[in-house]
Amino acid sequence: MSKVKTTNVEVRLPSRMGFEKVAMSTAASVAKLMGFREDRIEDLKTAVAEACINAIEHGNRLNEKLSVGVVMSAGEDSLEVKVIDDGKGMKTQPAKPDIDRKMHGEEDPRGMGMFLIQALVDEAEWVAGTDGKSSYVRLVIRLDKEQA
Amino acid sequence: MQSETKSHVDQLTSPAGHPVTVLRFEGDIASTSKDAVLGTYQALPKATAKLILLDFTKVDYINSSGIALVIQLLIEASNSGQKVYAYGLSAHFVKVFTMVGITKYAGLFPSQAEAMAAL
Repeated sequence: MSKVKTTNVEVRLPSRMGFEKVAMSTAASVAKLMGFREDRIEDLKTAVAEACINAIEHGNRLNEKLSVGVVMSAGEDSLEVKVIDDGKGMKTQPAKPDIDRKMHGEEDPRGMGMFLIQALVDEAEWVAGTDGKSSYVRLVIRLDKEQA
Repeated sequence: MQSETKSHVDQLTSPAGHPVTVLRFEGDIASTSKDAVLGTYQALPKATAKLILLDFTKVDYINSSGIALVIQLLIEASNSGQKVYAYGLSAHFVKVFTMVGITKYAGLFPSQAEAMAAL
């Protein structure tokens, strides 16, 4: 039985807003090397950026002594991205934002990051660390057969 | 690390003769863009700026905090009886704005010419 070969790329970010763009452009470069279409790369960029923003802001609470790990694993037909922080992880799954409720002041205008992540990639899961930290979000995008 | 958001305002008249206030943004639209987005909007004269057109042509990066600022602008505009339109978004951000429902409250156009022709 042959084992699928994966190639890993890792980035470590400071917990400072704006550095999500480093992970975003690295993920885009990996996806481009793998042959993803431009529109899928744009989806991935937004999903990775939002995952890193959540990790910086909510997971590590903007504590610059903590870093965010981003591990990209390029497989034969998919790219997995894990974004790891020192928070306790998510207890609930993301809800779809309701623009009418936002417009009427019944829902915070913010809070769309997790929804965007889930909507833009093929798989998204939030995993709480067993030790109460080292939680991560795992994203997967798959190459379509016609673009592989 | 985030590129500073610049904004400026132009006053135009649509082919139909309506005054249109254009807010032109440049750089990233993120949590640090509050002054450039909401501040610039809030400085407009509400009595005369009834049609507002947001120009995203020179914006490369918008995150969920930036989208939240756009929604806050839409809420304030709606409360002031102003109508908001936008143009110049990439195909990706047209998709994202549609996903979160912004297109229900702000008409999107591919270009300034197409937006002005419709106003």
